[in-house]
Amino acid sequence: MSTPRFMRLAAAAVLLCAASQPLLAETIAERAAPCLACHGDKGVSETPDIPSLGGQPAPYLLIQLYLFREKQRTVDIMNEMTKSFTDDDLRNFSDFIAKLPAPPPSTDAGEPERMARGGALITAHRCNSCHGLDLAGRENIPRVANQREEYLARALREYKSNTRHGYDGVMAEATQPITEAQIADLAYYIARFR
Amino acid sequence: MNPSITARRSILLAGTIAGLFMAAPVFAQTPPAAAPAAAPAAAPALPPGSPLIGRPEGNADAAKLAPVAAPPLAAAADKLPTAALKLPPGFNIEVYSSGIPNARSLRIGDKGTVFVGTRFGNKVTAIVKKDGKTENKTIAEGLYRPNGLAYRNGTLYIAELSQVSKIENVEDNLDKVNKPTVIYSDLPKDEAHGWKFIAIGPDNKLYIPVGQPGNNVMPPPTHGQIRRINLDGTGMEVIARGVRNTVGFDWNPVNKQLYFSDNGRDWMSEDVPQDELNRVTKVGEHFGSPYCYQGNLPDPEFGWGHKCSEFTPPIALTGPHSAGLGLRFYTGSQFPAKYKNAIFLARHGSWNRTNKFGGDIIVYFLNKDGSVKSSEVFISGFLVDNKYIGRPVDVEFMKDGSMLLSDDWNGAVYRISYGKARTASR
Repeated sequence: MSTPRFMRLAAAAVLLCAASQPLLAETIAERAAPCLACHGDKGVSETPDIPSLGGQPAPYLLIQLYLFREKQRTVDIMNEMTKSFTDDDLRNFSDFIAKLPAPPPSTDAGEPERMARGGALITAHRCNSCHGLDLAGRENIPRVANQREEYLARALREYKSNTRHGYDGVMAEATQPITEAQIADLAYYIARFR
Repeated sequence: MNPSITARRSILLAGTIAGLFMAAPVFAQTPPAAAPAAAPAAAPALPPGSPLIGRPEGNADAAKLAPVAAPPLAAAADKLPTAALKLPPGFNIEVYSSGIPNARSLRIGDKGTVFVGTRFGNKVTAIVKKDGKTENKTIAEGLYRPNGLAYRNGTLYIAELSQVSKIENVEDNLDKVNKPTVIYSDLPKDEAHGWKFIAIGPDNKLYIPVGQPGNNVMPPPTHGQIRRINLDGTGMEVIARGVRNTVGFDWNPVNKQLYFSDNGRDWMSEDVPQDELNRVTKVGEHFGSPYCYQGNLPDPEFGWGHKCSEFTPPIALTGPHSAGLGLRFYTGSQFPAKYKNAIFLARHGSWNRTNKFGGDIIVYFLNKDGSVKSSEVFISGFLVDNKYIGRPVDVEFMKDGSMLLSDDWNGAVYRISYGKARTASR
């Protein structure tokens, strides 16, 4: 994991503008600019370890912003950004971000063997039962299709080890039987999903 | 797999399913009585072929089902659904307090403070009544899934995911409450079915469930049970096993036995297993999970080598995927006499079912011997067009005999009274 790069970006984002300090008459688009500086303004993150936000359902975004504000999901920069958000801020940001376009389908077909393994794991662990057959999520369940591979792997590891506390326990439950090697295959497959 | 074995399994299971609907009257009455509108058009049947563990692949209807998580923010006071709720004649419902995100377990202190736990948040809230208005105060925060609450003699007990703590003299000064002190932490950290309901029994012991760590898994010996401890955290004893996930229990005021709700597994089918209402008659009883559900349905995966007769059957089936959570016996005198010592059970409502079921308060009336005589829905209307406009979690009775009801979907607590029409909302 590229922590130094992440930290540099974090610092840059804080300097760029503080989304957490609303100025009068500032539009939601202006307030969200620092978010998109890291997460990508077209819904696709170009930055390792930082997830793409395009195509995420508003209810999922609202839950995550809430967890960041309440420090129930701990990522320093996100906790800092959201700490003074009102309930309406949480709603407005999630509605705004939910309009970002979904990441386009992958142009990389991937290694056939790994793709086959990943696809089989999706079926075996019923990922598509909640995230949808198209892995596009719905309501409180995130889109995972074409998410950044290293972020997917990290999220799965964190859920499995209970270091990322989900809103409910569903992902902790779902990741228990999944091995480290399988996490790698799942992330590989989901990032290249089409 | 050998096709003849598969065929035999499916025949066995089909026979079992058929048997389910010929069970004792009290078992059979719940689904039709409670949800005639929600009954699926097709006859209840498992998919043909092998009994399914988990969601059937490639099934578009099953693929539409996923757990329904409550919104993280509480609904505004003017958006609460009380006007849409249906109660028996003579009963009134009003908003007691709103703006408590994900309001779950309820307990009432000796001075009338209402304590509210939460599963998705990290706070415990106290609702205080002052000059006819209620006010919400955060009395503990930074907790992890503080869903469970119990109260006795001035002390509030809080169950987080993997520890239990207490705050003494909690009502003395609600503006300056001491930090909780941990009394018991020998608990697993599993998220799945890890949030807790707790209660103190007539034996002055604290009862703590440890759920099965997954939908359909063989639990280690530390899980799938209800324990009790002394109020100082010592003397742990397992009093019930084979408990998949109970999120509500109380003691019968007549026979002092423990009655608990238990949620059956998902993905077996739309209509079975039904959830359970159980009764503990002796310490250490096994209630079936994961081998047998609803007293007569062997699990297709774990039931092999077992008979349902090895386990204590439920005293009532509370509906498929209905998620019966908090329950209390009614010992007050405000409600009509027929409710005396009856069980009020909050059914949170299903997610693992095409036509949602539950999302109501149901009453179980008991026979003299403590078995279930009959049931009827007490409050309905939380489920509209197969969507929740609220979800009941816990019931608790006030000193005056009125009922409080928590709704984690809207982050609110309602009060239900009989007679005096305080509000016109009904």
